[in-house]
Amino acid sequence: MSEIRNLINITDLSLEEIDHLIDVANDIVANPTVYQDICNHKKLATLFFEPSTRTRLSFEAAMLELGGSVLGFSAASSSSAAKGESVSDTIQTVGCYADIIAMRHPKEGAPIVASQRTTVPIINGGDGGHFHPTQTLTDLLTIKRKKGRLDNMTVGLCGDLKFGRTVHSLIEAMMRYENVKFVLISPQELQVPDYVKESLNENGAEWVEMESLEEAMPQLDILYMTRIQKERFFNEEDYVRLKDTYILDLEKLTNAKEDLTILHPLPRVNEISVEVDNDPRACYFFQALCGKHIRMALILFLLGLK
Amino acid sequence: MNIDGVKNGIVLDHIKAGKSMMAYKLLGLDKVKSCVAIIQNADSSKYGKKDIIKIDELIDLDYDVLGYIDSNITVNIVKDGKMVEKKHMKLPTELRNVVTCKNPRCITSVEQEIVQIFRLKNEEKKVYRCAYCDAEHKVK
Repeated sequence: MSEIRNLINITDLSLEEIDHLIDVANDIVANPTVYQDICNHKKLATLFFEPSTRTRLSFEAAMLELGGSVLGFSAASSSSAAKGESVSDTIQTVGCYADIIAMRHPKEGAPIVASQRTTVPIINGGDGGHFHPTQTLTDLLTIKRKKGRLDNMTVGLCGDLKFGRTVHSLIEAMMRYENVKFVLISPQELQVPDYVKESLNENGAEWVEMESLEEAMPQLDILYMTRIQKERFFNEEDYVRLKDTYILDLEKLTNAKEDLTILHPLPRVNEISVEVDNDPRACYFFQALCGKHIRMALILFLLGLK
Repeated sequence: MNIDGVKNGIVLDHIKAGKSMMAYKLLGLDKVKSCVAIIQNADSSKYGKKDIIKIDELIDLDYDVLGYIDSNITVNIVKDGKMVEKKHMKLPTELRNVVTCKNPRCITSVEQEIVQIFRLKNEEKKVYRCAYCDAEHKVK
């Protein structure tokens, strides 16, 4: 029996495997009929203990487009978690019903616990402020499609870099590519955690921390905006003080490169003004489309079907 | 105070004064049937004061955790009244149910039955990280 593969952290995948997923995602767009029945009789369980729009729906759309079916819940309140059931017990049960599980949980490390309790593949759809590897695959596919490469670029990450799980996973992924420089733009209170900085240093990555988005802008090839996440703060006052720190508008893009790619994992609140949506450099809704394609490729990979 | 020497057994020496009970519990010595002596605040030419644990039987113990308590601890294996092996401790690469994660966002904070796992990330700085959430734990 082949070894069960999970995706908990983006580093669970080698660069070659990420390249393979990107190739399959592109092939899915080019040849959709080849893939439309490939997951016949396979079931994906989406266990979302925390709200989601894009991640859950793109997983479900991905499985449906592959000919499979989906089951699951979209809030902890509609599962036995509301009665106090543990993650371990929930996963052991769902593992009896599904062939693959995508889960999101507010507590960090919950997918690791899940992977220890079942023999079906576990996909981390976000664990608290920790990691979000399928968003990272989405980001990498979007960057590859827009830039034609994943190396030799300066990536600016802006906003909540402390609790921004998409940020942590994207850094973990991109620091493995040649000559990628990171500009980490955040207020001091929301700088990336030490363990991310340690990873950057261990990999010999070039990185700098800045507080001003305007100062950072001219050097960026990618600008990855993030939301200040109200749900991550224990203290409402801190959230109110920090929530409007960065608002990207057309004026702030005056000094940006012509071929800048603006990404955002979404949802946004007000950190990107809607006037930016029509700028050709705004790619965040294209990014949402890429999310479905790469999740299709990931499901096939983890099920050993492609 | 005199405690008889060990003829066939194990002597855990150079334990930092006050840490012997921690070593006793983490090694699971409260569950063994052998004769065990704990000596606290013994004179030490090297450290001033030290604790010692003597076990009057050669039993299997997981010594790795001793390196976490104090890397100066030595494990002396005694056979027929003679020391036949001396082991020096170093920080273990993994700690299981030794340290509790303090991160309120960690899954271990709400599901108590999960094994607490910390992995050594920086030996020089004595830094461990939670296997679930990456929260830092520094060895004092």
